[in-house]
Amino acid sequence: MLRRFCWAATLSLLAVVLWVWDVSWAQDAKALEKSVGDLRVAVDTVWVMVTGFLVFWMHAGFAMLESGMCRAKNAVAILYKNFGVVAVSSIAFWIIGFALMFGDGNPLIGWKGYFLIGPDNSPAMGKAYEGIFSSLNWAGIPLYAKFFFQLVFAATAATIVSGCVAERIRFSTFMIFSFLLVAVIYPIQGHWVWGGGWLSALGFVDFAGSTVVHSVGGWAGLAGILVLGPRLGKYGPDGKMYPIPGHNMAMVTLGGFILWLGWFGFNPGSTLAAAPDDIARIAVTTNLSAASGVVASSLFSRIFFGKPDLSMSVNGALAGLVAITAPCANVTPLGAVIIGLGAGVLVCLSVPFLDRVKVDDPVGAVSVHLVCGIYGTLAVGLFASPTINKEVVGFFYGGGVSLLVKQLTGVVAVGALTFVLSYILWQLARPIVGLRVEPEAELAGLDLTEHGMEAYPEEALAR
Amino acid sequence: MRLITAIIKPFKLDEVKEALGKAGVAGMTVTEVKGFGRQKGHTELYRGSEYVVDFLPKIVIEILAEDSRADGIVKAISDAAKTGKIGDGKIFVQAVEDCIRIRTGERGEEAI
Repeated sequence: MLRRFCWAATLSLLAVVLWVWDVSWAQDAKALEKSVGDLRVAVDTVWVMVTGFLVFWMHAGFAMLESGMCRAKNAVAILYKNFGVVAVSSIAFWIIGFALMFGDGNPLIGWKGYFLIGPDNSPAMGKAYEGIFSSLNWAGIPLYAKFFFQLVFAATAATIVSGCVAERIRFSTFMIFSFLLVAVIYPIQGHWVWGGGWLSALGFVDFAGSTVVHSVGGWAGLAGILVLGPRLGKYGPDGKMYPIPGHNMAMVTLGGFILWLGWFGFNPGSTLAAAPDDIARIAVTTNLSAASGVVASSLFSRIFFGKPDLSMSVNGALAGLVAITAPCANVTPLGAVIIGLGAGVLVCLSVPFLDRVKVDDPVGAVSVHLVCGIYGTLAVGLFASPTINKEVVGFFYGGGVSLLVKQLTGVVAVGALTFVLSYILWQLARPIVGLRVEPEAELAGLDLTEHGMEAYPEEALAR
Repeated sequence: MRLITAIIKPFKLDEVKEALGKAGVAGMTVTEVKGFGRQKGHTELYRGSEYVVDFLPKIVIEILAEDSRADGIVKAISDAAKTGKIGDGKIFVQAVEDCIRIRTGERGEEAI
């Protein structure tokens, strides 16, 4: 009797122990799953923030490149514009830009989320997402990370303009224009492409912003150049063109390197996730396009301009980088090389052409960002490889012209919006706040007249 | 022989160079200088503190000319460099003892 009782008790105890163990094991698995999910969000967030910081650092690149390509007497003015535009963009995008671009609304514009206020349960993704920034619900990172990353992209578009209008624009006018560009113009077309608007519904592909960022900066800058007119002394009374060389090639080169590095944030960061295959492949295509741009532009300037021109070489790298920005996620390394070679040639053709038609672009920003931005956008329609995404197939991989037509549609739509609105703003600026500095001020240098200081003061401060 | 020294505003250099070319001047020497006359300098602010910059950037052009051509060259420079505003500059004319071409050793007016 006793023996049977002991057996029963032991077996029951064993059953209870096994049951408790089983339940706690299931709870551990759930906790583990949650930890892994949290860790993934953390890694993705760190990736997006760090690449965002790299994109922010591109402003140093723009500042060095632009001031090096211009004359010493205007260095402070250019540096100040590049510094100020970051500040102005940060505030404009926070107040209204992000809401118009990524807030819920309609296919043309968003209208929720001013000042980043509103419901949002990021990093929840897809169907689990509840909030007013649905267009970004594919990214598993906090809202502030999404905002910060998009902000540095918006600021990049604005800073492109400073190179176009350099050496003759009024400082305050430029600051006001930049605010309006980042608050209104950039977000509208950005909504069309990345904010869940009609261009993305159409199937238009711009992975990291050849159109959204670079061509927009280029169009706005071109409008500014046309309204401002060329710098004094650039064209003689008979129409002869006088080159105005930059004052510091070391700064130009440093700027080029900083921008190249920054692009490793710009392109791979646009995955908004630490997806190992994607970010590594995108970094490689980005680098190959830049390298090919340097090779092509160096060869071109050696053959057609007589000697390899360092400024064209740097412009060539940037041209390759701008051109690969849209296709970087969808092309093979070979495709990236071809795209970069084309960009290097294009920029060398564009710079003298613009000079000939009296479009005075002191740093080549229109040639690099607008011309190669358009080219890069169209390149998606030519070189997108189905080995990466079966649904995005370019012309040279048997995809026909349908993708190319979509790309062209986006280029034209964004171009029309940006150019027309920018042109209107620049024209309005003239009577309201003034546009161009006085001729005497331009001849004396904007550093003295707009800012009351010199970039390279000599005996005045040498006490 | 005369040495013509002209101090002009920097942005006028191209114009003066073209005018001199038309006047038949084959060579010149150009220096970047700072100076002031009655134009005086200006006051600047640096981080909230005022300081005075007396010297303004100018360009000096030196030309050696035969006596007969000196007046024509002075007039060409004068017309091209003039803006009518203060700070247009000055031209000095000096008599020169000798001129030597280093490559060939020629002296005098042949060496101009």
